Amino acid sequence: MAHSHANQHEHHEKSDGHAQAGHGHHGHHGFAHPSPIWQLLAVFFALLALTVLTVYQSTLDLGNMEIWASLTIATIKAALVILFFMHMIHDKPFNIIMFLGTLVFVALFLGFTLMDAHNYKDLIEPGSITPK
Amino acid sequence: MSATELDATHNHSHGHDDHGHDHDHPAWLAHHFDDAEQQFDSGKLGIWLFLITEVLFFSGMFCAYAMYRSLHPEIWTFSSQFLNETLGAINTGVLLFSSLTMAWAVRCAMLGQNRGVVACTGMTIACAAIFLGVKAVEYSHKIDLGLLPAGFYVPQVAHPEHHEGLSKWLIYFMVVPGLFLVVLTAWYGQAVATANSVQKQIAGPLSVSALCFFLGVGLGLYLESGEAAEHGDKAHVAASDSHEETHASDNHSEADHAKDGEHAKDETHAATDGAVSTETASADGHAEASHSADNEIISPDVNKPNAAGLFFSIYYCMTGVHAIHILAGIGVLTWVLVKAAKGQFHSEYFGPVDYVGLYWHLVDFIWIYLFPLLYLIT
Repeated sequence: MAHSHANQHEHHEKSDGHAQAGHGHHGHHGFAHPSPIWQLLAVFFALLALTVLTVYQSTLDLGNMEIWASLTIATIKAALVILFFMHMIHDKPFNIIMFLGTLVFVALFLGFTLMDAHNYKDLIEPGSITPK
Repeated sequence: MSATELDATHNHSHGHDDHGHDHDHPAWLAHHFDDAEQQFDSGKLGIWLFLITEVLFFSGMFCAYAMYRSLHPEIWTFSSQFLNETLGAINTGVLLFSSLTMAWAVRCAMLGQNRGVVACTGMTIACAAIFLGVKAVEYSHKIDLGLLPAGFYVPQVAHPEHHEGLSKWLIYFMVVPGLFLVVLTAWYGQAVATANSVQKQIAGPLSVSALCFFLGVGLGLYLESGEAAEHGDKAHVAASDSHEETHASDNHSEADHAKDGEHAKDETHAATDGAVSTETASADGHAEASHSADNEIISPDVNKPNAAGLFFSIYYCMTGVHAIHILAGIGVLTWVLVKAAKGQFHSEYFGPVDYVGLYWHLVDFIWIYLFPLLYLIT
């Protein structure tokens, strides 16, 4: 009968032989990768520290470098979130490639638009735009 | 792992659902998948694709931000004084903590610890509520000051009036959460009375979360009142600073420099008078300055709808759309909470928690960029 795999077992044997033996206190996790608690906490505290850093950095006067400094720290934080909380570090390469590819496209989008941003200032005649 | 962790719905007996067929497939495994891993991987691909569309969606707004900031840095510098960094930092901390609890919920789901999922998801929803509470305070404060998107922007004055009591907009924002709090608490009470464990596990965390919205409001109000005095001074200093930048007159600047901080108020008046009329007014500006009914508009060059108003259009668009994503996140988190309360997750079926977790981390990811770009402009 098909009820052989009922409640006593922690997981289910599939027709393709997906059965596994117990693995200590983590139980059976064929494709599950539960993150260790220490790792979650470490990433959280690193993120908090970086937040404090970014607030501190904004109080310094770095002139033109301000925005790059903020963005760098933000990117480090984002990388921590993506790699560990979103467990991209254990993910399939295809998903990783897709996501990184997206960031490439965002960079193209912002990059090309910004390259063009200052090209038309000289063409605007003073006084031709009436402020409210 | 104890057997008690495995909950009732972990069963796969087919007789209990209306499956007509007899093949070996548990209720949580959809027909079109060969096995649990394939089901999980397919869902994972799907959610990553969705997150990618979300990143591209937000990147449009970031592009608008980048363009306009690069073209008008003075507007950004002026407008940033109205954003409270402390509240922004608190919100960042709250969202980071919610990401931790969400990642923890995923871990619990993978281990089949459904009660852990309930607890962690509940905490994530509570953090989201705190975030929205703080946001409500920020928004209501700005609406009161007239810091609105471009078409509605009201040029800011040097001495904004601080009315007593709660902002009426804040009261409007608190109506719906208040209703939720009442309904959820009643539902929880009923669950306790009928000893319905599943319902208790759902209603309990949700009522606490509704309460956390008000905690966020309280926190926001407490921090904003502390900042109010500071902001007053900042407005004056910023006003006189930007005036020095936009003013052609050298005499005028010297007169400003000569005065110290105590006369900052008078400086603002003197500066504005000097801009409008002649420079003779500025030398003994404070004698002439009248704090009469007409409250001077600070930094008139940027303090207008098509300048600072532009900043606020971008601000409301970005934080507003982000807040809508938080609301949607609360919705899907509640769905996961309900499933966990019913004990549906285990080591081969944890997809919903994982996918909602990815979405939630994306919301945090967006905020990680929004915070420095909007709040920490110097």
